[in-house]
Amino acid sequence: MKHLISILLENEAGALSRIVGLFSARAYNIDSLTVATTEDPTLSRMTIATSGSDETIEQITKNLNRLIEVVKVMDLSEGEHIERELMLVKVRAVGKDREEMKRMADIFRGRIIDVTEKTYTIELTGAGSKLDSFLAAVDTSLILETVRTGSSGIGRGERMLKV
Amino acid sequence: MTVSNASNDTPITGAEILVKCLAAEGVEHIFGYPGGAILYIYDEIYKQDKFEHILVRHEQAAVHAADAYSRSTPDKVGVALVTSGPGATNAVTGLSTAYMDSIPMVVISGQVPTRAIGLDAFQECDTVGITRPCVKHNFLVKRTEDIAITIKKAFYIARSGRPGPVLVDIPKDITINKAVFDYSMSTEMRSYKPVERGHSGQIKKAATLLMQAKRPIIYTGGGVILGNAAPLLNDLVDMLGYPCTNTLMGLGGYRASSPHFLGMLGMHGTYEANMAMQEADVVIAIGARFCDRVIGNPAHFGSVPRKIIHIDVDPSSISKRVKVDIPIVGDVKSVLTDLIAQLKEQGINTQETALADWWKKIDGWRGRKCLAYTQNDTVIKPQFVVQKLWEITQGDVFVTSDVGQHQMFAAQYYNFDKPRRWINSGGLGTMGVGLPYAMGVQRANKGADVAVITGEGSIQMCIQELSCCKQYGFTPKIINLNNRYLGMVRQWQEIEYGSRYSESYMDALPDFVKLAEAYGHIGIQVTQPHDVEPALKDAFGKYKDRLVFLDFITDRETNVWPMVKAGKGLSEMLLGSEDL
Repeated sequence: MKHLISILLENEAGALSRIVGLFSARAYNIDSLTVATTEDPTLSRMTIATSGSDETIEQITKNLNRLIEVVKVMDLSEGEHIERELMLVKVRAVGKDREEMKRMADIFRGRIIDVTEKTYTIELTGAGSKLDSFLAAVDTSLILETVRTGSSGIGRGERMLKV
Repeated sequence: MTVSNASNDTPITGAEILVKCLAAEGVEHIFGYPGGAILYIYDEIYKQDKFEHILVRHEQAAVHAADAYSRSTPDKVGVALVTSGPGATNAVTGLSTAYMDSIPMVVISGQVPTRAIGLDAFQECDTVGITRPCVKHNFLVKRTEDIAITIKKAFYIARSGRPGPVLVDIPKDITINKAVFDYSMSTEMRSYKPVERGHSGQIKKAATLLMQAKRPIIYTGGGVILGNAAPLLNDLVDMLGYPCTNTLMGLGGYRASSPHFLGMLGMHGTYEANMAMQEADVVIAIGARFCDRVIGNPAHFGSVPRKIIHIDVDPSSISKRVKVDIPIVGDVKSVLTDLIAQLKEQGINTQETALADWWKKIDGWRGRKCLAYTQNDTVIKPQFVVQKLWEITQGDVFVTSDVGQHQMFAAQYYNFDKPRRWINSGGLGTMGVGLPYAMGVQRANKGADVAVITGEGSIQMCIQELSCCKQYGFTPKIINLNNRYLGMVRQWQEIEYGSRYSESYMDALPDFVKLAEAYGHIGIQVTQPHDVEPALKDAFGKYKDRLVFLDFITDRETNVWPMVKAGKGLSEMLLGSEDL
């Protein structure tokens, strides 16, 4: 089962490597990881997309909580939440494909943010699965480059991860 | 803890600050080894008289000694001091050993100056990176002003919650730059709030379940020792009249002389303890973690329906290998206090008839006498040496051990009635700890007798500390069970690898008597069974004030029984060679 885990941690050197080290030492999966400072510069907020059995996910959250610099941990997947990921895709856009690419970008509510004679760079946001669908819908041979940020997640409504 | 709040506005060097911090923490002894990056600190140590520094012969031993300093006392935190690079890497085994057994400890390492970090400087290594997975927490101090708060946090983190080692890495320039010393700050951390008391609702549920048990067992581990909860455990077992078993790390948590004690459980546990653990309908696990060496194959263990209560300070230890019915997260001492109060309030109404049947069954298992052995007139059995040691010392000395067959014999035949007397590396299984452990024990417990139960393989892994023992007057009695084999490896090879003794035989062993004498100690070789007792008596009597190296030439191929082979279930024990 896929899980999205949100972590609030002290914004200190080495904190990130403690978390990554925990995942590799205990052989947990990381599908994606994003991290940045919050509105409070002393805190960082991280989202880890992972997968595993219920027992594994329970151990992951317990072991994350054990790290001294981790302030709070929440398994977003346990409740209502929103997941977003940003992807930049550079595609070959010549001939009839040029129009087709524009149409695909529109259908997926993407934006073309860089244009050359032969290429488009499309910006897409959405849940990871939406980005996967876009890639599946486009002719693979036309995809020149993809960059994905990994998922960021937030609880819906009053569900918050705060100090 | 004595903390001086005196703050003085005159800036002093980082090294001076560090020494003041250690004094403020009440540190009386530190184990260490100097080197370039840490010389300013050693210079301050030279000038002070608050604590004694013990110069080891290898950094690994400094960390092991600091570890045992903590293990053998209810409230002290061992401290070790090493230099950068090789000093720090040599400390890693000691850190890992302490981490696996949740031992509080503070290790301070020197680092190259901040401007040289990352430039492959002489004796530079990424100490914080290397030690990250084998400490509870670590710090790199980047400003002289941060030394005091970092050291204060290090001690707080090491001793609170589930204890563990903490490393503080200090670059050389930070130790000579100046700042104002202040130790009055709070160690409050929003990200670290260890749980103290257990949930009262869960404790009530546990008390109710305990009263319903027909085949109960109380299974306890190192958490009871570390949490200073042994007296409470004794009260609990005695008031319930239930059988109790200890893990290797938990020995001494419940007094071995009690009829309620079933001995150690696990891979080399007693027949009665393992059978009772397997067949119990209610297991209460206290400060223990159902590790692979204790319950064997978890699927086999899980094949019997039973209810489990698990008390542990660390939530991640609960439901890790075995699904638990009533988890109670909290400090063992606090939870046991509440549980006993709850039981008293509810009234003790155990299932008398069922319990009588249960004890009858247990007595039947005891009847197998799984620890019986025969001592003849010609060859010394290792078990015999440990048993005689126990008799002569009346079960009342500190026993450190190394890792291997001798460790298991010590655990099986030296019956511990008190906590913190049995000092060994359970989790990591580090050969070589025995002698440095004895140094730590003797420094923390002045005048205490210590026996090091070891083998000719393990003792050679930190043998250089015989020199440290001479310098500081440490007087352990080294009980070398010398079978000229890496005994436990040989046993596994006999049982699992078709008796192909690959590299488990040691040729060209030193003459241990001469070796001991070369270091200025007493060496005695014992080859005859009838000489075992007199030699031990001499060591603890006539030579009480000396380090005595007793080299017992023992039976070569004695195995440790019972044995649960790796991956097997608890009730699938081998009781002797005839079961192979």
